[in-house]
Amino acid sequence: MKLPVKMTINGQSYSHEVEPRLLLVHYIRETVGLTGTHVGCDTSQCGACTILMNGQAVKACNFFAVQADGANIMTIEGLAKDGELHPIQQGFWEKHGLQCGFCTPGMIMSAYQMLERYPKPSEELIRHQLEGNLCRCTGYHNIVKAIEWAAEHMPAKK
Amino acid sequence: MYPAAFDYHAPGTIKEALDLLGKHKDDAKLLAGGHSLIPMMKLRLAQPKHLIDLRKVPGLSGIKQDGNMLAIGAMTTHWEVESSSVVKSKLAVLSEVAALIGDPAVRNRGTVGGSIAHADPAADYPAAMIALGAEMVCEGAKGRRTVKVDDWFKGLMATAVGEDEILVEVRVPVLPASTGAAYMKFPHPASRFAVVGVAAAVTLDGKGACSKASIGVTGAGTKAVRAKGVEAGCTGKKLDAAAIEAAAQKAADGVDVQADLQGSVEYKSHLCRVFAKRALTEAVKRAGG
Ligand SMILES: Cc1cc2nc3c(=O)[nH]c(=O)nc-3n(C[C@H](O)[C@H](O)[C@H](O)COP(=O)(O)OP(=O)(O)OC[C@H]3O[C@@H](n4cnc5c(N)ncnc54)[C@H](O)[C@@H]3O)c2cc1C
Ligand code: FES
Ligand code: FES
Repeated sequence: MKLPVKMTINGQSYSHEVEPRLLLVHYIRETVGLTGTHVGCDTSQCGACTILMNGQAVKACNFFAVQADGANIMTIEGLAKDGELHPIQQGFWEKHGLQCGFCTPGMIMSAYQMLERYPKPSEELIRHQLEGNLCRCTGYHNIVKAIEWAAEHMPAKK
Repeated sequence: MYPAAFDYHAPGTIKEALDLLGKHKDDAKLLAGGHSLIPMMKLRLAQPKHLIDLRKVPGLSGIKQDGNMLAIGAMTTHWEVESSSVVKSKLAVLSEVAALIGDPAVRNRGTVGGSIAHADPAADYPAAMIALGAEMVCEGAKGRRTVKVDDWFKGLMATAVGEDEILVEVRVPVLPASTGAAYMKFPHPASRFAVVGVAAAVTLDGKGACSKASIGVTGAGTKAVRAKGVEAGCTGKKLDAAAIEAAAQKAADGVDVQADLQGSVEYKSHLCRVFAKRALTEAVKRAGG
């Protein structure tokens, strides 16, 4: 049984027929072709597959594409505008917040939700909010600094 | 990892959902946040032929105050409980429990109803629901019935909800006067599930002695349980450090403590006592003792 799904990803609308068991992360990577969202653990632990669905961080390896029918999705590809990095991306650049970069898309999408909810996070809050994102390289220290940098450089909310 | 193939349904009313459950019986599973079920399906520990997603059923999410109860819709997410202003002002401990579940992405999707219906032996809400004296409202073809928390958890991932029923609401009493409640857990470093978690609610009388103690323990055994020994050890006593220490010694009594990857029976029994002491100490402090 294939089902029709329709969703908006990074402002563009997509419709496909999919098997219900197709995971959202594979839909995004393989059907739509946006490979910035990574699969690390495939067991909902590491957060490499984190995307935003209707503004909320979701681990796309633990979610079926059919559940996202009608949703508004943002992936890492949706952040930079006109060749300008988003402040969170810039923060990872400035503060050396990545080494191999595998965890980075998920870290950045989680940070995006974090700064929406807590525009001026303390270091402790950043660390607590990153509990669902694992990094095998950096030791987290520079990731925390990158998010602090981004918090200072985010455009003021209207 | 792909789950076995299934048919997906997203009914628009509770009646349609119940009809689908009635029709497909054992072959069907309800889908809420999917944060317990989908991992099990990917490991093929669960292979439902029909998945009935509750996301479009109206009226299943949201939190409202109903007299001295908070009525929490089954599809209310952990994040909604964590961030709810009603919960924060009327029953802050529940918002604290929610904030300790998994990580922010898990809390965005996972639901109260899913957690209580799934009854993972290491889940956090069950201990809190026992300590707070919650009740569950289930709906079936014949209507609704209410089950008290003490009759809810039946065994490993087994609860009182019928195969043809949907848990629609969890009702939790707001804290009575002179009552303090706290939840303390030892989280697994990767998943954040409770290796052991203890929730305590303590009511003090006019003289500062404990008139009622209600304690729930999760993580240690096959299901969350009430720590009756600790409750008896608290009632009628002035809960100073020594009395708390003595009462907490009973925290593993009557718990079917299981050895697993997280630790031996001895170790987990020890954690029960340590976290009972911490939860009681904080609850008494919050009660004004
Ligand atoms: C990485 C990770 C970390 C986690 N850490 C924690 C943690 O620290 N503490 C913790 O407590 N939990 C933790 N969880 C579990 C999480 O809280 C789940 O969301 C929760 O246990 C199940 O809720 P759900 O809405 O996702 O249910 P689902 O997975 O959708 O469903 C679970 C089961 O309940 C049934 N069900 C769901 N809703 C109903 C209903 N309304 N009526 C009847 N049956 C129903 C389903 O059929 C299924 O069998 C974690 C999960 C993950 C993936
Ligand atoms: S790939 Fe989804 S959480 Fe690791
Ligand atoms: S930078 Fe390599 S996993 Fe995080």
